[in-house]
Amino acid sequence: MTDNILEMRNITKEFPGVKALDNVNFTVKRGEIHCLVGENGAGKSTLMKVLGGVYSYGNYEGDIVFNDEVMRFARINDSENQGISIIYQELALIPYMSVYENIYLGHEIHKNKIINWNETRNQAKKMLEKVKLDVNPDVKIKDLGVGKQQLVEIAKALSKDVSLLILDEPTSALNEDDSENLLELIMELKNLGVTCIMISHKLKEVTAIADTVTVLRDGQTICSLYKEKEEIIEKDIIKYMVGREIDDIFPKIEVEKSDEIKLEVKNLTSYDRKLARNVVKNVDFKIHKGEIVGIAGIMGAGRTEFAHSIFGNYKNYDITGEIYINNELVKIPTTKDAIAKGLAYVSEDRKGNGLILIDDIKQNITISNLKSIAEKLVVNKNEEIKVVNEFVKSLSIKTPSIEQEVNNLSGGNQQKVAIAKWLFVEPQILILDEPTRGIDVGAKYEIYTIMNKLVESGLSVIMISSELPEVLGMSDRIYVMAEGKMTGVLDANEATQEKIMKMATL
Amino acid sequence: MNSKLNELTTMFKSHIRDYGMYIALGGIMLIFSILSRGLFLSPRVLSDLMDMTGYIAVLAVGMTLVIVIRHIDLSVGSVAGFLGAVAAILSSKVGLPIYVIIPLVMLIGIALGMLNGYVVAKLGVPAFVVTLAGMLFFRGALINVSHSETIFTGNEVFNAIGNGFIPDIMHIEGFHVLTFLIGVVGVIGYIYTQIKNRKKKQEYGLDVPSNFVFNFGMVLVSVVVMYFVFKISVYKGLSWTMVIVGIVVAVYHFITTNTILGRHIYAVGGNPEAAELSGISVNYITFVVFGSMTMLAALSGILFTARLQSAAPTAGNLFELDAIAGAYVGGVSAGGGVGKVTGSLIGALVMASLTKGMDLMNVGVSYQYMIRGLVLVAAVVFDVRTRNMKKNN
Repeated sequence: MTDNILEMRNITKEFPGVKALDNVNFTVKRGEIHCLVGENGAGKSTLMKVLGGVYSYGNYEGDIVFNDEVMRFARINDSENQGISIIYQELALIPYMSVYENIYLGHEIHKNKIINWNETRNQAKKMLEKVKLDVNPDVKIKDLGVGKQQLVEIAKALSKDVSLLILDEPTSALNEDDSENLLELIMELKNLGVTCIMISHKLKEVTAIADTVTVLRDGQTICSLYKEKEEIIEKDIIKYMVGREIDDIFPKIEVEKSDEIKLEVKNLTSYDRKLARNVVKNVDFKIHKGEIVGIAGIMGAGRTEFAHSIFGNYKNYDITGEIYINNELVKIPTTKDAIAKGLAYVSEDRKGNGLILIDDIKQNITISNLKSIAEKLVVNKNEEIKVVNEFVKSLSIKTPSIEQEVNNLSGGNQQKVAIAKWLFVEPQILILDEPTRGIDVGAKYEIYTIMNKLVESGLSVIMISSELPEVLGMSDRIYVMAEGKMTGVLDANEATQEKIMKMATL
Repeated sequence: MNSKLNELTTMFKSHIRDYGMYIALGGIMLIFSILSRGLFLSPRVLSDLMDMTGYIAVLAVGMTLVIVIRHIDLSVGSVAGFLGAVAAILSSKVGLPIYVIIPLVMLIGIALGMLNGYVVAKLGVPAFVVTLAGMLFFRGALINVSHSETIFTGNEVFNAIGNGFIPDIMHIEGFHVLTFLIGVVGVIGYIYTQIKNRKKKQEYGLDVPSNFVFNFGMVLVSVVVMYFVFKISVYKGLSWTMVIVGIVVAVYHFITTNTILGRHIYAVGGNPEAAELSGISVNYITFVVFGSMTMLAALSGILFTARLQSAAPTAGNLFELDAIAGAYVGGVSAGGGVGKVTGSLIGALVMASLTKGMDLMNVGVSYQYMIRGLVLVAAVVFDVRTRNMKKNN
């Protein structure tokens, strides 16, 4: 056996229109802790899904060599049988089953298909000892905190005789104590001979535990850093992560500065009852007339939750704090109120909660403001066709007809429909949540141009984005969020990717 | 000529989902007509068919909206039975006139429906469970108020709603002039609005079918409608039930296609999260739709009671399933957001035609149930398949 437990050679994975992985090479040494880092969309999760058999053999190009053998996984079970286990960000435990049932779910200890519960419980106890989790195996998963659930997942992996454990952002939902615990456990697993791949955005953790760090960017391997050769420092990682050149793809125009504050948020805290934690913590925020304000941060930093909290609180958080619109203290209990107060919110999740896919362009654009084209509650369909045609023209939405189902449009055109829908309510403050996610460069440019037009006409635009070049290229000011808190605010001219990443990764 | 035919076939193929149930209805009527040697399409049977569809049709209309917003209402059969009995009691024991009873009972229906809506929307109990409970509860309530006995309405005007016909303006033996006139006016109105809409669409540069296809469709519809109008005219004319069902369908069709409320209902069905984010209160829409459903259940109960001239403890049994079947046959999608009230009316007619036709053929009850079950599954399979076909294009 060689030193390398895993070699992924020239892996290429394409999705319709996007090359998610482009000739990626990734080598992991036996017994090391290997951290995989990169910006959102760099291809980390895709690479791990290829490894885990989520994308089966034949759906990607390249070779997976595991323990010196070329692997052809047809499904997840195949990789698990080889001793590869992936623990995803969203935990895959069944809340209403007990800890021991969960640990052996899918590979039950049985005789003639009849489960031996006593043996299961005993074995589960041993696994829990290995991960140093001191809970009764009879407890239901839903009664454990996220940190402990994470440990149960690891126990489950251990119960399958794992030799390569992959953790996808394991600490993103954990508090500091739980995080530290988990990192210690990973170090100990290393002593037990388990090799570990960890995907993480938190560079402090990475530098603390990694033997090797591999950086991905835009679906390509940029480089690997080795602890044995030199000390791995955060600054280097960031440099490699964001190292792309910014050329002139951002047509930012200068709009005369105004002192008029459109929206101000003071000390806003939102408590999510389902997650039982604060998703937004003591946030202060303000935006002026004609300003584009970017909100940067990594996924799960609380940016979308912040937007939801202002925009009529549709997730029903418990909210404290004050919101001022045009210097007036307001209450915004429903999305309807938010619209009435001049707010509009273009969702990050076009297909999930942004558009009604089975309806046509016309119906989608007018749905939020039907009363403006209605007489006595009856919709004037001629008026509707007129206004929709105007939007199709002014935003250059490419479609054969305004009666086209939104489902059949490209991502970029769908996004334009979503923007048109919210411009139709004639807002004063437009929140764009990941406005260019999943759309091509040309459409991105058009969306930036639309943003320019809007601020010129006096709107204020809040742009939530995970793409740093976009945030830097289009914003007047940039707020950075991490773990529900605003960790900093920068003027566009003093902001750099490094500064933002530092604030975003704490 | 060939290109015209081609356009007709492509047009037909792309709209097969919309036309499917009309074709099914036509086919069923044709088959029964042949098998019964023309008896099925005789004026008397047709008139009776429409009357017996009435109390299911109004339920199917309400059920359409319930299914569109991704819920279900199993309580409507029992509620129809219960409120039908309440109406009979108000008529025979209290002596209220029918024009007071109808709005009063429908108001009670709205209140009961809002209660369903409250438990579904605010308390978050699945509609299936809430309305299953309602089904049991109101079956019991019906037996309770009727003391397990049949209650006669004891009122001629009341009974006329289920059995009577509209008066005529002049007397010609064997021909109902007013009915025929209403039919003619209806068809002219239909042609007028079709032409007007087409012109509007052309003005805005929207796609319209070619003249040939457009005229072909219009003539076809007009001929079919006039055929049935004539058949009914040579019998006793329009029944009060047909008038009431016509008004309900017209009102609901208008609301669903032309008003803000209608748009909001379909938006909630199409994507509840997107609707809520668009400033629409999903809870409010749920209230309204359940309220309307039970209001129509009340009307259905009145129609059924009037038809039998009495309320029985078993009244309304399994109505909910006929209504749901009618809606599904009529093209309402279980996925939500899709379905027309006119489609559900046709669906209800399909199911009633099956029953009526098989009755005429003396098919045993056991086979009737089996055949209706198979037709229901076939209709939904058709719906699912044609929907996938559309996606693949």
